[in-house]
Amino acid sequence: MKSQEAWLLPEGIEELLPEQAQQLEALRRDLIDQMRSWGYQLVIPPFVDYMDSLLTGMGNDLTLQTFTLTDQISGRQMGIRADMTPQIARMDAHQLKKDAPNRLCYLGTVLRTRSDDFAASRSPIQCGAELYGSSSINSDIEIIRLMLATLSKTGISDVYLDLAHVGIYRGLAKQAGLDDEREAALFEVLQRKAIPELEAMLAEWSLDANVSSMLRALVDLNGDVDVIETAKQALAGAEQSVLVALENLAGIATALQTLTPETRLFIDLAELRGYHYHNGVMFSAYLAGQGQAIAWGGRYDNIGKDFGHARPATGFSTDLKCLLEMANTVVTTPAAIFAPSGTEAGLLSAIAKCRDAGECVIVELPEQVGSASELGCDRQLVKNNDGWEVVAL
Amino acid sequence: MSNNTISIAVSKGRIYKEALPLLAHAGITPIDDPDKCRKLILDTNDPDVKLVIIRATDVPVFVNYGAADLGITGKDTLMEYDGSELYEPLDLKISPCKLMVAGPKDQDFLNTKGRLRVATKYVNTTKRYFTDRGIQVEIIKLYGSMELAPMVSLSDCIVDLVDTGNTLKANGLEATDHVCDISSRLIVNKASMKMKHDRIKKIISQISDAVKG
Repeated sequence: MKSQEAWLLPEGIEELLPEQAQQLEALRRDLIDQMRSWGYQLVIPPFVDYMDSLLTGMGNDLTLQTFTLTDQISGRQMGIRADMTPQIARMDAHQLKKDAPNRLCYLGTVLRTRSDDFAASRSPIQCGAELYGSSSINSDIEIIRLMLATLSKTGISDVYLDLAHVGIYRGLAKQAGLDDEREAALFEVLQRKAIPELEAMLAEWSLDANVSSMLRALVDLNGDVDVIETAKQALAGAEQSVLVALENLAGIATALQTLTPETRLFIDLAELRGYHYHNGVMFSAYLAGQGQAIAWGGRYDNIGKDFGHARPATGFSTDLKCLLEMANTVVTTPAAIFAPSGTEAGLLSAIAKCRDAGECVIVELPEQVGSASELGCDRQLVKNNDGWEVVAL
Repeated sequence: MSNNTISIAVSKGRIYKEALPLLAHAGITPIDDPDKCRKLILDTNDPDVKLVIIRATDVPVFVNYGAADLGITGKDTLMEYDGSELYEPLDLKISPCKLMVAGPKDQDFLNTKGRLRVATKYVNTTKRYFTDRGIQVEIIKLYGSMELAPMVSLSDCIVDLVDTGNTLKANGLEATDHVCDISSRLIVNKASMKMKHDRIKKIISQISDAVKG
């Protein structure tokens, strides 16, 4: 590196300057307070962890995304978290280990080997909440509503909510008797809604005609809530698990229509984001003008199994840095008070009094360059006959 | 562009010309002619629909990031692009051609001793094609005049689009293996599909009717 490039940051790694940092910190406090008010307790998992723990329940999706290093003490491979979800699941399953519902929230920097989103950050600030111990749709609805409340707190309204259910594709694939290779191929084609390829694939495989037509129908089953009714007819011949999944999705959609009438719902039965670790409803929030989802989540029951306590789980997460960019909220910093340097008791107590009252007091430095107003002050402490007093600059 | 606009990314030239009748069937007719004006965003008869004129290889990028809602691009370009945020629901059956392996005429170039060197613009597709066949290759990425590479011993063979095959013939090459058929696809940004669903689904179905003729 040439010395004049010492300022250069790694790709996808960014720094936040005072204004942004303050905005982010204000938002962070608001969000954690709000989650607290919904009963979600903050937990702070470690920044580095054993790879085995970091990847638990996440399939292969996270392996490539995780920066790794070797622990000189244990000789085991460690990683810098790329997603905090498994760490939270470990806390629920191992340390907290209870049977009552458990609500946890978290917020922290994660690191990714490659950025996969438009913001191109490799160090997003992941923020999310998890609800363990209930498989009822009420817990999914609570998590979705908390996600919407989180976005709303950030100043983001007019959200589109995309709802999907892993059980539908998984059930149909099982009914069709697809082997792993074919299931993966079909999954890939469905992700792209590549209808010509899907039709060619189904024709070539000569599956049971009934299942084949249901798999073909899947790709067009998207739109408003009415799609669920259409799906009930189109998938009437599907095995029980598919029908249960549809019923589950219908319950959640109906409840959300009543609870959050302002949120526009979109149903997409071929949407399989997070397919490898979700096992129930999946949801993503979209915002007009944004080409990619801004928050997402879903059900991932039994993620705690490898940590010793399998139980139902649902949760959401989002990237705070991304939200901040979309939020357009301006945090106005109140102007500060300038104070002369000195050790006089009266001055020191006047400064302390102002600070206790929540004011920002900046003390002059010897031979200081720049004026008080350049430091963001609009008032100053001056001594008059009665002692120290705050006056306008 | 406002959030109500539907933007369609398309490249100038053959794809554009062949796509016009299909778009017309969906009630979309550009007012400007991209060959006559220098505008990059073309107005259409529908004030809420714009055409964005960009290079063919950039079409999936614009659509993946939601900078355009829809796009029209060759399958060859799509296979090279690694993006997770787009759908490709419709084969427009326009600009058809074949992606082929070609090499010096009458030579068994695929059985070259050592590692096969392949010149191509389609790096990912070529790598995948040969890997599936158990052949390890060394790829030389070129941007044009692929046919030259075997002639000057830069590579053993090439992977390129073949339309009539005349350029190959004129340079002493012949196409031996068919990699895949290529035609243009309609692609859709995932977020747009969800948020502008009704309008986009209507455009897709109208264009689909036009394709079926």
